[in-house]
Amino acid sequence: MTMQTVLAAEQSELVDSIRVAVPERGLRHDARAVAVVWRRELIRFRTDRLRAVTSLVQPILFLFVLGTGLSSLASRGMPPGLSFKTFIYPGVLAMSVLFTAIFSAASIVWDREFGFLREILVAPVSRGSIVVGKCLGGATIATFQGVIFLALAGFADVPYNPELIAILVGELLLLSFTLTAFGVMMAARIKQFQAFMALTQMLVLPLFFLSGALYPLNGLPTWLTALTRIDPITYIVGPMRHAVFAHLTIPGFEQHLLAPAITWAGWAVPQWIALGIVAVMGASMMGVAIIEFRKTE
Amino acid sequence: MTLPASISEERRQDGDFDPVIVVSGLTKRYGDIEAVRGINFAVARGETFGFLGPNGAGKTTTIKILCTLANATSGSASVAGYDSATQRDSVRRNIGLVFQDPTLDTYLTASQNLRFHAELYGVPNAALGPRMRQVLEMVGLWDRKDDLVSTFSGGMQRRLEIARGLLHAPHVLFLDEPTVGLDPQTRSSIWSYINELKRREDVTIFLTTHYMDEAENCDRIAIIDHGKIVALDTPEALKASVGKDRVQIQTADDNAAIAALASTFGLSAGISEGAVRFAVAAGEQFVPRLFAELGVPIRSVSVSRPSLDDVFMSYTGKTIRDAEASGSQAMRQMVRMRGGR
Repeated sequence: MTMQTVLAAEQSELVDSIRVAVPERGLRHDARAVAVVWRRELIRFRTDRLRAVTSLVQPILFLFVLGTGLSSLASRGMPPGLSFKTFIYPGVLAMSVLFTAIFSAASIVWDREFGFLREILVAPVSRGSIVVGKCLGGATIATFQGVIFLALAGFADVPYNPELIAILVGELLLLSFTLTAFGVMMAARIKQFQAFMALTQMLVLPLFFLSGALYPLNGLPTWLTALTRIDPITYIVGPMRHAVFAHLTIPGFEQHLLAPAITWAGWAVPQWIALGIVAVMGASMMGVAIIEFRKTE
Repeated sequence: MTLPASISEERRQDGDFDPVIVVSGLTKRYGDIEAVRGINFAVARGETFGFLGPNGAGKTTTIKILCTLANATSGSASVAGYDSATQRDSVRRNIGLVFQDPTLDTYLTASQNLRFHAELYGVPNAALGPRMRQVLEMVGLWDRKDDLVSTFSGGMQRRLEIARGLLHAPHVLFLDEPTVGLDPQTRSSIWSYINELKRREDVTIFLTTHYMDEAENCDRIAIIDHGKIVALDTPEALKASVGKDRVQIQTADDNAAIAALASTFGLSAGISEGAVRFAVAAGEQFVPRLFAELGVPIRSVSVSRPSLDDVFMSYTGKTIRDAEASGSQAMRQMVRMRGGR
């Protein structure tokens, strides 16, 4: 802050025009840009309560309607004391951030159609800081959405254990970030809002169904096994379910049957690698998005 | 096309031309379509410079290149001393933009929109409050600062965009069709705000328009058609170049007046609709001589200038409306489609 700007501010009533010195670009300026793009996502989310409510409808349906309806069938494969709802809870929790995260990226397409994107793209900040701000903003609101759903854990007999909650929130944040980065990458290319929505709708349910959110990942036919290993959501649902099951106390319960480690040709992928895959995917999709947004016609 | 023609009388005499925008040999091609075909011009500091032409003439494309939103196919452009292609950030820091299509976030309030802009441009926090108040007061929106932009009328949104474009005190303010799509009353109020900001702010204004009457507000005008500048000068000089002013007088004896005009001034006049009409260069300066030397009592006199419509017509061979109606509309859509980002 220079002395002149302070003086100019104080003399606002006296001087005809307040001189504003726009600074050279630097890290601090880029950080401000990241922060303001992030904050805009939060403001928009706060004013759009309907969106927050509607995004909860689907996971609630899955957990309480599908979970309850199928439990009489599915409970035969469950150890005593474990309900089907508890089993699918981690996967449905992941689903609760799916729509919000990808939809937050849709606002880029929206902003492009309504012109606001141009205001952003012509600003003297790096395109990178805009993309980073957008990804973090989407990750934050999607995680927030997930936390609301996390509050319902008790209805699925998942304990409110502080350690478990901390792990789950961290994993939700990672998942939300990667999904938003995926959405932003797509939004860099897809210019029509309708097309973006159609494409993401088409992708979201397969990603969810192939992630093992509703069934354990063992004893599957080869083709399905292969598909589940390609789905990035698999690598977050696995660790989330593992965390939940590690905090359940069910006598005679064999964790490895219902929450098996993800395997590649028989090799059990460690948790940190699974989470690392999700993180690397998110970072690289964000990188592609930055490259895309740097292009000028 | 020679650079630069008269900016203002005193500047020309001083030989003091301080260019803020310099464009040379600028070309932009979208596939087979050449939207801009090798244009040259320079804009002086403090000037209000207008690009006048029909839709699809290449105005918006030129602005996009100057504002770093598009790359030129060939040629160069510099703004505030920085190259639009290689020093983008420096150009962006020094310009303010008001686009043809609205670029506000209608889900945010007016002040949230301005704050967002200030953060992106790194406006120092201490200066932000007073500056925000100043620009909002300038466009008469200070009392609406906490209202959602979605509740604003088209004219208010445009005014807010002008305020936002000025927030970071740019050296050059680009206004791309600042009044398009607004009703005539709102258009004239936008112009009074623009004229007010010319008085208050140390800013060069570059604007495009396809309204002839609005071009009159500029210090200099470039007429652009089919991607080429066909004329560049002050509105007065352009109109003078077209030809003579139209004068009509009512006299005690019209026939004597016509004879006197022919014998004294060598002008041929005619009578229509009860008035003697003739054409003469610099009509206003001619009127005193007319009174002194005609020798026939004059009851009334009126002088009318050729309009910019006449200017456009004389340089392009068509009126701006004809030009709009032709195939250029299709080309504009093409250009906008490709430039969708």
